[in-house]
Formats: sequence, structure tokens, C-alpha cells
Amino acid sequence: MATDPNNSAAALTVRNLSVFFGKNAAVKNVSLDITAKAVTAIIGPSGCGKSTFLRAINRMHELNPDARMEGEIKLFGDDIYSRTVESVTVRRRIGMVFQKSNPFPTMSIFENVTVGLRLNGMRDRKMLAERTEESLRMAALWDEVKDRLNAPAISLSGGQQQRLCIARALAVQPEVLLMDEPASALDPLATAKIEDLIVSLKKDYTIVIVTHNMQQAARASDFTAFFYLGELVECGPTPKIFTSPAQKRTEDYVTGRFG
Amino acid sequence: MTAPNHNWRKFKNVFMQTLTFVCAILVVTPLLLVFYHLIKEGFSSINLAFFTQLPKPEGETGGGMSNAIVGTFVLLAQAAVIGVPVGVLGGVFLSEYGGTKLNWWIRFAADILNGVPSITWGIVVWGLLVVPMHTYSALAGGVVLGLMMIPLVMRTTEEVLQLVPGGYREAALALGIAKWRTIVQIVIRTALKGIVTGVLLALARVAGETAPLIFTALGNENWAHNLTQPIAAMPLQIFAYAIGPYNDQHRQAWAGAFVLLVLVLSINIGVRFLTRDRFQQKV
Repeated sequence: MATDPNNSAAALTVRNLSVFFGKNAAVKNVSLDITAKAVTAIIGPSGCGKSTFLRAINRMHELNPDARMEGEIKLFGDDIYSRTVESVTVRRRIGMVFQKSNPFPTMSIFENVTVGLRLNGMRDRKMLAERTEESLRMAALWDEVKDRLNAPAISLSGGQQQRLCIARALAVQPEVLLMDEPASALDPLATAKIEDLIVSLKKDYTIVIVTHNMQQAARASDFTAFFYLGELVECGPTPKIFTSPAQKRTEDYVTGRFG
Repeated sequence: MTAPNHNWRKFKNVFMQTLTFVCAILVVTPLLLVFYHLIKEGFSSINLAFFTQLPKPEGETGGGMSNAIVGTFVLLAQAAVIGVPVGVLGGVFLSEYGGTKLNWWIRFAADILNGVPSITWGIVVWGLLVVPMHTYSALAGGVVLGLMMIPLVMRTTEEVLQLVPGGYREAALALGIAKWRTIVQIVIRTALKGIVTGVLLALARVAGETAPLIFTALGNENWAHNLTQPIAAMPLQIFAYAIGPYNDQHRQAWAGAFVLLVLVLSINIGVRFLTRDRFQQKV
């Protein structure tokens, strides 16, 4: 159970994943396939382990020294927790956008977009300029900033800053993009832009988005996974989860009866 | 509607307010007195010779402190060479690496070192360098000031690095940037002004130290030609002149104190200026 039955091309296969902080299990024995070039939404009440699950996918949970994981995650067949794989390599293939936009304050817009490339050794100016335009276009920010690429990144508005962070993540050309409540700090207009962006990005990227906003999951995602108390309750095509879920708990949650 | 102790309560309020105000004034008063005295006595004692000439032999009038002014900068430069890299890297370790327990001990040790009387530092370096080298030296003076800077710089560096939001570290690491690069290019760069501030304040702090230099740099009536010779320093010269018997020595002590104060003050004001727009992009 709990895997997507229509799984034809899974980008990520998660098997029996548990994540512990000290003695507490934040994620319990989750198995899930994430379909390639589609948007998978992770929903569930606060503290259900959905952010921890997301962070385990690119090993960000390892920043917490008390964190420990069991199980297996494969990215297109490669075990990302294999002893020979470094977290740095995993994170180059699996990018992440955070809840709070966090452009680097000491850098310009251009420097922010290219930071991942430059700090990994890319020096070719022409290439950097191309990647900047390409990433900013994909993040639907190019037209707004093309005339002031050297302006400080923090001079942008909140919504623009978040799209800049998305462009920054896209510039290193990851295969998967993880988004941890990317629009929860934004106003409705900026949120709508981010959602449009997510839908347009899925032709090139596999996207996993954690969200508190059920309308957002319904609007922007193809698949939805419902987490509760660290367990994966149900996962399936988004219309099915929202209209005829198999589990009673899912139905209660998506209809707003609890959570 | 009558409050029986209304007036009493009002009185207490005014009383406490006045008390705190008086205490605040008491804090500023010594500073103003020092300024007043130094400006009155010191400023008038300053002349070109003070900056350009060597001290005259005891009893003669005139001469200056050029060697002590240069000496102070030589000592500060040595102190910075020792104190800045070790202090900054130590602060980086405390903030970005290390385990909770280990860091607790390091922090504890640094805080104790910050409270060690400066004369103790002097005696330690006297034992470590002056005795084995059989001479007081500029090197020993630089080392003692550098050692004193380490815990100061380390703690301020740690504090400003901790002020950098964790989101920047996460964002950089999530881009597949290695941890050391994240620290150097993102974390330190974001906190750079704060680190520089900490370094300058530590320099200002040790610039006025006298006691440890008595055991190490000793002082010198002439130029020191290399680092293994005793060297003059402003605090030492001020000390020597202030306890000297001649009026002209006292005049020069005032002048020296004034110049030293201006030096320390300009470092402090420079720091304020630098930190005005912390975390802001140069535009």
C-alpha cells in the first residue's frame, strides 16, 4: 500500500523510511514513490513529519546532530544514503526552497542566482550570464529584474525574493526540487504566482511540495500524500485524495474536520 | 474613586526614576572628566616635536614620543597577526563546528581568560619569552597583546556568527555548496562587519595596556631596530613620564595620554561608522 499505483517513472523511491530525533520518531516507516516530472504535495497537520520527510530526501535533516534515519531512498536508482555518496552531491541533484525566503544579503541578484555555480567552481562569465537569464525566466522573475541584476537581492519584494530563491535553486540544474511551504509567508497574489510557477516547472522538474494550504495542494499538485503523526496515511492522484480518499482519516482532514 | 495611596505611589515612581537617572549620569561623569582633563592638559601640550622627535635625556625640555607612537603600532601589528587569525578561526569553530560539551568548555576557558588580570599575562609571557631569550623584546610585547586579543576576538566572532540566520546556511548547503565554502563565502561574509568590529575593539582594548608591557616590551628611549630589542610604547612612556620628577615629562605624559585616547576613540568611532549598515549590501 501507500505507493502510487500508477507509478510508471518514479524519480524517488522511498522505502521504509524512519527518521528519529534522539528517541522520537518524526517519520515512521514511510514507503512512497515520487513520480518524475510531476508535482507531489505533502499535506498533514503541524508536527506530522512532513517537513522532516522532505528534509530527509536531500539529507538536510543531517544538520541536526541528533537526527538519525533508517530505510532507503533512491534517486533514479541511486541510493542517496550509500556510504560512498556525499550529502553535497545529493543536494546538487535535489534542490530545496524554504518557507522563509533567504536570498544572501551580501549579494546582488545576479550573484544570488549564480552562487551555487560559482562556489562550485564555474568561472565562465558567458555561461553564468546564460544560466542567470534561463533560471530567472523559469522562475518568472526575469522581466522584473533584468535591468537591475546588480542591485542588492534584498531590495526585492517578499514574493520576488522567494522567486529569486527558486531561480537560485534552479540554476544548479537539480533533478528534483523540494519546496517547504514556499508560499506560506506570502500574500495571495504572490502565492498565485508561485503556484503558477510550480505548475510550469513540472515539465522539466520533479517537484515535492510541503503545504499547509489544502487549496494549494488541490490546485498545484498531481499527487498528494497525507501524513499523520509521522505515518503516511494515503497517497494517490490529487483529485482522488480530495474527492474520494480511501482512508477515513484522509477524508476527515481534507474536509477540515480535524487538523 | 479615591485612591488612598495615590500620592505615595506617584512619589515612589518619581523617586525611582530620579535614582536611575542619577546613576546613569554617574556612569558618564568619569568619562567627561577624563575627556575634560585630557583635552585641557594634553591638547595644549601637543606640538610637532611630540610626533617627530625622540625623547630628550632626563631633565632636558622638549623632545617627543615618535618612537613610542611607532612602537605602539608595531606592537599592535604583531598582536593582530597573532590574535586575529587564531581568534577568528576559534570563533568560527565555536559557532559552526564542535560539540555542545566541548564548546561549553572552550567558551568557559575563553571567558576566564578575558577576566585574567593583564599583569598576569605579562608575567606568563615574561616566563615564556623574556627569560629564555635573556632580553625584553618587542616580540614579547606583541605576543602578550596578541594572546590577550585571542579570547576577546574569539567570543565576539562567535557572537556575530551566531547572529547570521540559520536559513542562509541551509540555503547554501541545499545548493550543494560544501560546508567550509558555505562558512567562508556565506556565513563569514554576512557577518564580516561584525567580525571586523570585534577585532578593532580588541585592538583598541589592548592598545592601552601597560602592565603586561612592563614585563615584556619594557620600553626604550630610542628606536628599536629589530623585534628582539626592547621597544617603546605609548602607555609605557606615559607611565614613565607621569611618575617622573620633571614638569616637561608631565606635559608629555598628558600629550601621550591624549594621543592614545584619540587613537582608541577613533577606532571606536570608526567601528560605529562601519556597523551603521550591518547586513546591508554595498550599493
